[in-house]
Amino acid sequence: MTATPAVAPDLRSARLREWRSFARRFLRNPLGVIGLLIIVALLLCALFAPWLATHNPYQTSLPDRLSAPSAAYWLGADELGRDIYSRIIYGSRLTLLIVALVVVTSAPIGLIVGVVAGNYGGWIDRIFMRVTDVFLAIPKLLLALAFVAALGPGIVNAALAITLTAWPPYARLARAETLLIRNADYVNAVRLAGASEWRIMVLHIVPMCMSSVIVRMTFDMAGIILTAAGLGFIGLGAQPPLPEWGAMISTGRKFIFDQWWIATAPGFAIFIVSLGFNLLGDALRDLLDPHLRQRR
Amino acid sequence: MTSLRQRLGGVATFVSSTAVTLLGLAMLTFFIGRVVPIDPVLKIVGDKASQEVYDRVFLELGLDKPLVVQFWNYVTSLLRGDFGISFSTARPVWTDLLDFFPATLELATIGVLIGIVLGVPMGVAAAYWREKWPDHVLRVVGLVGYSVPIFWLGLVALFVFYYKLNWVSGPGRVDVFFQGVVPNVTGAILIDSLLAGDMQVFRNAVSHMTLPALLLGYYSLAYISRMTRSVMLEQLGQEYILTARLKGASEFSVVMNHALRNAGIQLITVIALSYGGLLEGSVLIETIFSWPGIGNYIFSSLLAGDMNAVLGGTILVGTVFVLLNTFSDVLYRVLDPRSRGFGA
Repeated sequence: MTATPAVAPDLRSARLREWRSFARRFLRNPLGVIGLLIIVALLLCALFAPWLATHNPYQTSLPDRLSAPSAAYWLGADELGRDIYSRIIYGSRLTLLIVALVVVTSAPIGLIVGVVAGNYGGWIDRIFMRVTDVFLAIPKLLLALAFVAALGPGIVNAALAITLTAWPPYARLARAETLLIRNADYVNAVRLAGASEWRIMVLHIVPMCMSSVIVRMTFDMAGIILTAAGLGFIGLGAQPPLPEWGAMISTGRKFIFDQWWIATAPGFAIFIVSLGFNLLGDALRDLLDPHLRQRR
Repeated sequence: MTSLRQRLGGVATFVSSTAVTLLGLAMLTFFIGRVVPIDPVLKIVGDKASQEVYDRVFLELGLDKPLVVQFWNYVTSLLRGDFGISFSTARPVWTDLLDFFPATLELATIGVLIGIVLGVPMGVAAAYWREKWPDHVLRVVGLVGYSVPIFWLGLVALFVFYYKLNWVSGPGRVDVFFQGVVPNVTGAILIDSLLAGDMQVFRNAVSHMTLPALLLGYYSLAYISRMTRSVMLEQLGQEYILTARLKGASEFSVVMNHALRNAGIQLITVIALSYGGLLEGSVLIETIFSWPGIGNYIFSSLLAGDMNAVLGGTILVGTVFVLLNTFSDVLYRVLDPRSRGFGA
């Protein structure tokens, strides 16, 4: 009984050490830090949108329509006289919402398919991977586009459509990791101890897949943002008057020659945010990818 | 003659796996067109159609039959080239697709050529001078390419290079003045105008194509150069490179004749993938540049709620995409002796 309290602080300090060394190695990569700062800024924008915005993002003001950037309208005003800066700030919430919706659905679906296929093998594996390959072989944007066209436009439908195309890489990844682990000694030991296959998969295999999945997720977020913006631009994503960045570019398109700032600012926001996710993804891959770590 | 049998077996595997993938594609479009909408008839005819039209379409779609039978009929009609009627152009979707596809193919081909011509040397340079400035340049080019929304870049490019600087022509394929001047032979305006010997049209077409082709080219360059870099790094680390150097081969010969030749085989797959990606990526670019291709067709059909046309375009591009993948796999097998398997 006396051993337990002694072990716990040890474990905790070991974890803390692990985290510290992780943070130290991460801080040595300036591009990764920039990426992290961009993402943190995005989160802060979404969280404190009402305080950061100078105007109500839905408040129209026809006398000010299409006005150029000024002290009152930092990034100008759109075709209904709404403040573009405030709309971009509020738009960060929609971007995060779509990304979150896609990630929390596609990663678990892929994980389940991949881990089950890899762990059981045989015909389950063949069928699951066949389906995965079919999805991988079909152009993603078009599939998402057709799917939203059938479902009807909207943020949730757009997220569903992106999920439909985003899960297969996770399945591939999880299956590859599972194949490596499923006959490892420690897994066989648990199996001999009488653990059910589900217990093994959930408690012992899935955690081992997590680091690859997280790296992949960070990379995917940039792609998800771009696809969502593309759907919004086509008119299949968030519907007016929601300040979605892709849809804002689509409105600005009509005025691109004379009031270029309307389309430019939201596009820049998309660019910066997906750049942030890509930079962070690069850095995390270098740190977390077990295969890269072994090679060094 | 085991090798012949093996090869035939290999072909059979390719054919069957491609067929399964295409069947999967048909299943998905069937699912999207018939199962996802609550009322597929309403989705096609719109809510203002008379009961008579509604009933006719209902029977034409065979919605009174079980789903399996419906799917069978769907696949057989696709195989016959029957993609249904487009309700916005009132023509068979297949005829429309054939009209619009050459423009997309032309743009994507030029885009991927730009990607190869610039991307492969960049990737080779970045791999050779690893962690030096060519590698850093490549990293920036790649990061921007992966992060920028391509439709936005298209708008900005139009504003700067067409409106402000007036270096290139704006949206469209040729000026209105030149439309229909050269006879339509191949569907590719650059080739058609050359065939007709009309340099004015040719120059005009080049000027119109520059921006969209460069944008697509940049998109594929980002991917091709990154993959070239990693494939080349892998090759340059191999022992045969060391052998070649020890035997006194020049650095140029080591990189070009030894490493790149072996990397080239792997690059075929990369290039095929990026070509397929451009066919798809052109949806957004064509919309921006009013390019009369499949992407624009899908986009305008989408606005008109014309699902037959949208799904037809999806099937066509998807099929080309899948076939490109298979083709690159086959080519890889043919060119790489290792993948043919040893002995037995």
